[in-house]
Amino acid sequence: MEALSPTMEEGQLVQWLKNEGDTIAIGDVLAEVETDKATMELVARGDGVLRKIFLNAGGTAEVGAVIGVIAMEDEDISDISGASGGGAPAAPSVEEPVSIPEPDPVKKTDPIVAAEPAALASEKGRIKASPVARRLAEQMGVDISQIAGSGPGGRVVKRDIEAAKDSQSAPPSRPAAPTWAPDETEYEDLQTSQMRKTIAKRLITSIGPVPTFYLTVDVDMARAIEARKSINSMLESEGVKVSINDIVLKAVAGALRQHPNCNAQWHDGFIRRFRAVHIGVAVAVEDGLITPVVKHAHLKGITQIGSEVKELAGRARDKKLMPEEYTGATFSVSNLGMFGIHEFTAIINPPEAGILAVGGIEQTPVVEDGEVVVRPRMRITMSCDHRVIDGAQGSRFLQTLKGMLEEPTAILL
Amino acid sequence: MAIMTYREALNAALSEEMERDPDVFLMGEEVAEYDGAYKVSKGLLDTFGSQRVVDSPISELGFTGLGVGAAMAGLRPVIEFMTFNFAFLAIDQVINSAAKMHYMSEGQFQMPIVFRGPTGAALQLSAQHSQACETYYSHAPGCKVVTPGTPADAKGLLKAAIRDNDPVAFMEGELLYNFKGEVPDDDDFVIPLGVADLKHEGEDVSIITHGKMIHVALQAAQKLEKDGINADVLDLRTIRPLDMNAILETVRKTNRIVYLEEGWPYAGTGAQIVTMIQEEAFDYLDAPIIRVTQADVPMPYAKNLEILAKPSAKHVVEAVNKVLYR
Repeated sequence: MEALSPTMEEGQLVQWLKNEGDTIAIGDVLAEVETDKATMELVARGDGVLRKIFLNAGGTAEVGAVIGVIAMEDEDISDISGASGGGAPAAPSVEEPVSIPEPDPVKKTDPIVAAEPAALASEKGRIKASPVARRLAEQMGVDISQIAGSGPGGRVVKRDIEAAKDSQSAPPSRPAAPTWAPDETEYEDLQTSQMRKTIAKRLITSIGPVPTFYLTVDVDMARAIEARKSINSMLESEGVKVSINDIVLKAVAGALRQHPNCNAQWHDGFIRRFRAVHIGVAVAVEDGLITPVVKHAHLKGITQIGSEVKELAGRARDKKLMPEEYTGATFSVSNLGMFGIHEFTAIINPPEAGILAVGGIEQTPVVEDGEVVVRPRMRITMSCDHRVIDGAQGSRFLQTLKGMLEEPTAILL
Repeated sequence: MAIMTYREALNAALSEEMERDPDVFLMGEEVAEYDGAYKVSKGLLDTFGSQRVVDSPISELGFTGLGVGAAMAGLRPVIEFMTFNFAFLAIDQVINSAAKMHYMSEGQFQMPIVFRGPTGAALQLSAQHSQACETYYSHAPGCKVVTPGTPADAKGLLKAAIRDNDPVAFMEGELLYNFKGEVPDDDDFVIPLGVADLKHEGEDVSIITHGKMIHVALQAAQKLEKDGINADVLDLRTIRPLDMNAILETVRKTNRIVYLEEGWPYAGTGAQIVTMIQEEAFDYLDAPIIRVTQADVPMPYAKNLEILAKPSAKHVVEAVNKVLYR
């Protein structure tokens, strides 16, 4: 695997343009490789025959790994296995075969090949784990690639395996309570592209383990206030009241369904994108805060969301929430409007990738058609995990959300 | 159990072994008339006479060579160095004669000799007199190295060293001589060489160490306990032969290792033991092993710098937190 950009550390093989057995001349394009920046052409550095392909399309290999062998037609290449696994350059063969990267300072013209065993290539990249963590995972039957490491650089350590084991084996404490359990219909795991990996790596270096950025937008809440009034007058006889926050939650659920890339979690090696929307609602309690989760918010009506939030918040304050009631959120909302807060930023609750900070509604002078008018405005700020959500994606989500709140009938669409 | 000082325990071991075997004799600077620079040989001259408790001139190479010759002739010498810092002058006799004699004579000569004295730093003795010398001796095949940290270990191990038919560098601690502890009353209390001792039990992390440093490790273990962390403190007691089974047992138990030694890091005892651990128990490690050692500089004379250069309980706690990813 040749370094096709100055910062490239590994490459993903998009497709081979030559097959095993093809005759190769210097300069022939062998394959397309996705680097951290772009899809690049991998060019032959020597003449011969493409005798062996180690890394199949879709696989990833570290720079310097043997991914294939170009040699003379009858040359013995049996000792170039490429099965040694990333990093160490293969032993130079005595003849002068081969091709591809790894510049050899002594003999520039007949360098060495690269290779990554096919087995490893199919993995999502190297998983960092301590030896005992690997050993325990194997013994306990825990899939180590599904575990987010808490050690340095995301290293999976013993306690991560133990925690994973606990969460797997802990019996449901109250079988009667409807518990949220992830199943394959609720989310999909997307293999992270080279570009996404690089974005993640760079941003973490710059800003910390959850590289967060913020997007703020003002929302005109006049129609939402009207909607709330009419809902509440319709339901007056039943004694039901919905809040602006309930409408915000409903709109967030609807907007997330349209922008699933904001309804996602970062995991080491992949991004989990959810179909279902489970909204964590930040609730202040005596000695801190907790975020009970409205499960399947996208399937629920405003009144149901409202009554659930009220009920969950009540039990949160009494510290009576079950663990499954405050875990499993795919996105969170924090509202400090009732404290007269105009705008604020909220901190992401990993592995969620986004949280929306909702300010209070204030009568604000705004310019409309060249005239200054007073409108009820609400400022919302979304914190985004940049590894998962890019600025444009977050902005589009906020656009949709703003549209829904400014014209609540859009929520019905 | 009697409570006695480390010094008294060594004295008792010498006395008992000299009583037991007339071939045992003690030689070194000031060991007879002055009762020893650290009073370890107190009263021995009166009991055993000047044939068996011998004052030597200030000539380490000379009297160490005398000892080697005496051992070849069938005696069991105990050679006292006022400190192992002075023994650099004598190391040719230890490494080139004593440690190799059995091998080079094709087994014709055994070498039942003990070289003993304090090793390591005391307080403000500066660069030339504050060195932990274990690795110089453990480096050479043929020489056993013993580093007792408590009075009981001092007594039991010295008796074993004197009875051993190979040369033993028996390395004490100047700051340990007044340290008191329980010693079994048994007048034939012998601790075999090459058996480590778990000085404190825990399941979260292992602090492996030897000699004087066990007290630093135990101090660290107490601090950690307040933080809810329980440490195994494994006292190797002998550097050669090494109780690898005990090391592997604690590695397999806790998965996280801090190695503590008084000497320098470069090619120190820790370098050897960490290598052996990763060779034999790689799959049991949850974190890279961290060594806590003296800073890689000659020991400073200035008190504040000396404190900074020496391994301390604080350093150990920091290392433990690191291997626990805290």
